[in-house]
Amino acid sequence: MAETRKLVTDPLIENNPIILQTLGICSALAVTSSLGVSLIMCIALTSVTAFSNLSISLIRHQVPGSIRIIVQMVIIASLVIVVDQILKAYAYEVSKTLSVFVGLIITNCIVMGRAEAYAMQNPPMASFLDGIGNGLGYSAILISVAVIRELFGAGTLLGLEILPLVKNGGWYEPNGLLLLPPSAFFIIGCFIWILRTVKTRQREKIAFQIMDVQVKEHA
Amino acid sequence: MAEQPSWIQRLLAVPNDNPWKTIGVAVVLCLVCSIVVSATAVGLRDLQEANKREEVRRNILEVSGLMRPGGDIDELFKQVEPRVVDLRTGSFSDAVDHASYIQRDAARDPEMSVALTPDQDIASIRRKAHYATVYLVKDSQDAVSTVILPVHGYGLWSTLYGYLAVKPDGREVIGLQFYEHAETPGLGGEVDNPRWRSQWPGKLLSDDDGKLRIEVVKGTAASGPEGVHQVDGLAGATLTSRGVNNLVRFWVDENGFGLFLNNLQQELADNG
Repeated sequence: MAETRKLVTDPLIENNPIILQTLGICSALAVTSSLGVSLIMCIALTSVTAFSNLSISLIRHQVPGSIRIIVQMVIIASLVIVVDQILKAYAYEVSKTLSVFVGLIITNCIVMGRAEAYAMQNPPMASFLDGIGNGLGYSAILISVAVIRELFGAGTLLGLEILPLVKNGGWYEPNGLLLLPPSAFFIIGCFIWILRTVKTRQREKIAFQIMDVQVKEHA
Repeated sequence: MAEQPSWIQRLLAVPNDNPWKTIGVAVVLCLVCSIVVSATAVGLRDLQEANKREEVRRNILEVSGLMRPGGDIDELFKQVEPRVVDLRTGSFSDAVDHASYIQRDAARDPEMSVALTPDQDIASIRRKAHYATVYLVKDSQDAVSTVILPVHGYGLWSTLYGYLAVKPDGREVIGLQFYEHAETPGLGGEVDNPRWRSQWPGKLLSDDDGKLRIEVVKGTAASGPEGVHQVDGLAGATLTSRGVNNLVRFWVDENGFGLFLNNLQQELADNG
């Protein structure tokens, strides 16, 4: 039971796909300028990851090694198209805002990474939960970034005015930079910095030392 | 029937590196996936089409100020009459059916459209379709009270598609609204902001001499008589504002609906 719970909770902070593995950054930059859109993106990605993990795990013993990546891609791509079609039918407004980014879930490294690293070796139920967990880990970061960007960039949350803007007769002068994609980079960077300061275990080992330091040490 | 399980088992037991199995797995997988994808696409098509139609109609109602909160779109849309206009002559035409005609596709078809020269093409749309569907709103005396024109043009990142509603005199704006664009949210995307859109109603496209005067200005519109032709630019979105300025000026001028608006005015004068 504790094992199963870890599958879902571990990717939230301990092994977060965006922060620790730095995967899926591109969509985290693109869709986080408004919270509503981010939420739909999170649901879309979580369901794609969960169901692609489930289906890949179901057929894992039958997939020839030589075409396994293509097999994973076909399954993921089909699921993404299905999700896109459902959004267009039931959440038309949001699907227009997300436009190409739903399609780009296909190339999201988290989905493929989990398929290749986990679902190919583990039973279906555990793979499904692993997909949910990683989807939620992605969602946690996306939602945090979106809250910061929408609140301080536009003074709203989910389109509702929280900080009344100067141009609408309030007091808050919004920071336009936060609405542009690079700001998500800075915010995610800060998250990584904070998390690795608190959880020192997440720090990466230094891969190489700078030349003159080595020279000094040898001398 | 007892044979069947063993037949499947034998197939599954074939080693995965067998080339025939590789091909088999690929074929079966593609079949299954394509069935799933096409089933979803076909199953949801009606809902998606309905969404698109509803979206267009909601925008038309909103731009003409007919939309009430909670109003029934089907009911409200009964006041609106779609008509096809031939942009070359500026008169109504029955050459194409408004229900099936898609202006965006026609603009790509050399037989249905005309290429614009660089100095005509201020809205950066390259080609202009010969026909456009306009929408007429009639009042209780059956006189046209609002004319809704489809407009589009390039902003900063994307082509903005929208509707411009004007009074039948072809001068006074009733509203401008975009239903599709991909401008930066919070900057150019503010073309959707109701506060910004609320500036348009009442603006005059041209002055008393018929000269085209409407303009999206950088900063704030002038006060006084000039202001009636001016709309505030969007802060931080100079290029989107310029795009909106250009597309409105293009579509109400001679290359756009200019002829049609003149004819309409003529008709009104004759009837009145």
